[in-house]
Amino acid sequence: MNGFPDLRADFPILETGVHFLDSGASSQKPVPVLEAMDRFARTSYANVHRGAYKLSVAATEAYEAARQRVARFLNADPDEVIFTRGATTSLNMVAFGWGMQHLGPGDRILTTVMEHHANLVPWQMVARRTGATLDHVPITADGRFDLDAYREKLDERVKVVAFTGMSNALGTIPVTPLIASLAHEVDARVVVDGAQLVPHRGVDVKTLGADFLAFSSHKMLGPTGIGVLWGRMDALEEMEPFEGGGEMIADVTLHDATWAPIPHRFEAGTPSIIEAVGLHAAIDYLDSIGMDRIFAHDRHLTAIALERLADVPGVRIHGPRDLEDRGGVISITMDGTHAHDLATILDEHGVAVRAGHHCAKPLMRELGVAATARVSFYVYNTEEDIDALVSGLRKAGELFGVG
Amino acid sequence: MALEDLYREVILDHYRNPRNRGRLPDPDATAEGMNPLCGDEIRIDLSFEDGKVAAVAVEGQGCSISQASASMMSEAIKGKTREEITELIARFRGMMSLEGGVDPGLDPDRPGAALGDMEALQGVRQYPVRIKCASLGWTVLQDALNF
Repeated sequence: MNGFPDLRADFPILETGVHFLDSGASSQKPVPVLEAMDRFARTSYANVHRGAYKLSVAATEAYEAARQRVARFLNADPDEVIFTRGATTSLNMVAFGWGMQHLGPGDRILTTVMEHHANLVPWQMVARRTGATLDHVPITADGRFDLDAYREKLDERVKVVAFTGMSNALGTIPVTPLIASLAHEVDARVVVDGAQLVPHRGVDVKTLGADFLAFSSHKMLGPTGIGVLWGRMDALEEMEPFEGGGEMIADVTLHDATWAPIPHRFEAGTPSIIEAVGLHAAIDYLDSIGMDRIFAHDRHLTAIALERLADVPGVRIHGPRDLEDRGGVISITMDGTHAHDLATILDEHGVAVRAGHHCAKPLMRELGVAATARVSFYVYNTEEDIDALVSGLRKAGELFGVG
Repeated sequence: MALEDLYREVILDHYRNPRNRGRLPDPDATAEGMNPLCGDEIRIDLSFEDGKVAAVAVEGQGCSISQASASMMSEAIKGKTREEITELIARFRGMMSLEGGVDPGLDPDRPGAALGDMEALQGVRQYPVRIKCASLGWTVLQDALNF
C-alpha cells in the first residue's frame, strides 16, 4: 500500500466483502457518522430555531455547529453556507434564484459538454424562461476542459459560467481558479458543481475562484438528504429565495413577506437536522485523515487502475489517461460487450460499478458511446478492489469472446 | 452458476449475430422505443401478407439481453398472425413476471406458440434490473401492432 490506513473496518457494509467501486454515485458511511446520527436522534432531537425548550435549543446548536463545521472545511464564513437537499437542489437554487433575476434576452449562459444533468437541465429551463441562450465549452480529445475554446466563447454577454469541479463521468478536474478568473474578467458569475470535487479533493473557497459551489453530503461519507450551497456573500445577496415557507421569513402579512437574513432566507421549512449532524461527523472523519492524503490515495489507486486496465483485452478508457488534473473516476468500455453486461458480470464477482450514462447523456454522445462502466474510488478502497475489478473484466472478456 | 444462466450460448449468439437486422423499405407497421434509464434502443418494422408477418426488421443498440431478446423475437413472429403475436407477447411477459411460482409463459397446456429459444431468457428473472432489457423489444412490438 501507499502508507494510507486501511479504513475498511470503519465501514460495516464492507463486511459483506463487496468491492465497492461506485462512490461517485454515493459513498458508504463510517461508524462515527452512523453513531453520531443515532446518538443525536436518541438524545437531542427536536426542530430547530423554534422552541424555547432545552431540546430545541440543543438541536439548534447542533444544526448550527454543523454549518460552522462545513464553513471551516471550506474556509468560508458560516453565513455563506446554506443547507439544501443536495447538490442538485443547490444548483437549481442558483439557476432559478439567481438566473431568473439576472438573465434576459441576449445574455449567455456558458456550461460544458461534460456536465452532470444537474448542472445542465436547470440552465436549459432558465434559458427558456428568460430568453438567455445556452452555450457549451467542448472537451479536448483526452476529455479535458477545452480552455482555448472557452476563451473564444467568453464575451461580455456571458453572465454565468457553470461547470463541474470534477467530472463525474471522466474524472477530469478543470482548473477552476483559471476558468473563474477569466469569467470574472467579463463580470460573469461562476457556478461550480462540486459534487465530486469537494468529497475527494476538498476546497478552499478563498482560492477556488467560484461565486457559488454546490455539493452533497452523501458522496462524502455523510447521509443522503442534505447538501450545501456555498456562495460568496455578494453573490448570495443577488439571489432570490427559490422556496418560500417557514424559517425563511422576517415578517409575513396576508399579502406580503420580507426575508430572513442569509443563510436562513434560503432554508425554507424544516431542514434535514439529523443529517446535518451526520455531515458534521463525516467532515470530522475526512479531516482526521486529511483531504490531501485522501486525494493522494484516490490518485494512487487511479494510477494503478489505469495501468492495469490498459492491459485488459478490449478495454477502452474514456477521459484522461494520466494523472494530470484528474481524480479517482475512470470510465471504461469493452469492445463487443455492453456496459450493462459488464456491470452484471462484475457484480457476480463482487464488484459494484456503475453502468450507464452517468446522468451525462450529452457527454456520452460526445464520446460516441451509449454507456460506459464507471469505476470510482474513495477512502475505503484498496488495491484488492482493483484486483477483483481486473479479474472480473477478464472473465467478461472471455464470456463475450473479446480479444 | 447464475452468470451462465443469464448469458446462455443462444443469447450470446443472437447478440453477436442478430437476426433480421435493418429496416424495411415500406413497412406496414413501425415502432421504436428506448429505455430512458439505460439508453437501450429498439426499432421494429413489420410488413404483413394475408394477415401474417411476412417480413420483420430490427434495429437498435444496447446490452446483450435487449438486443438478443429482440433478435429472438424477430425470428419467432415470422408467419404469425396478430392474434398469435399477442399471445406470444403475453407468454413472454408471463415468463418474465416475478410473481412467485406463476409462470404462464411456460405452461405447456396453454394454447399458442411455444417460446422456443426464448426460454433461454428465463435466467434474466434472477436479475430484476435486467428484466426491462429483455422486455424492451416486446414493448416496442406491442406498439408496432397498435400502429
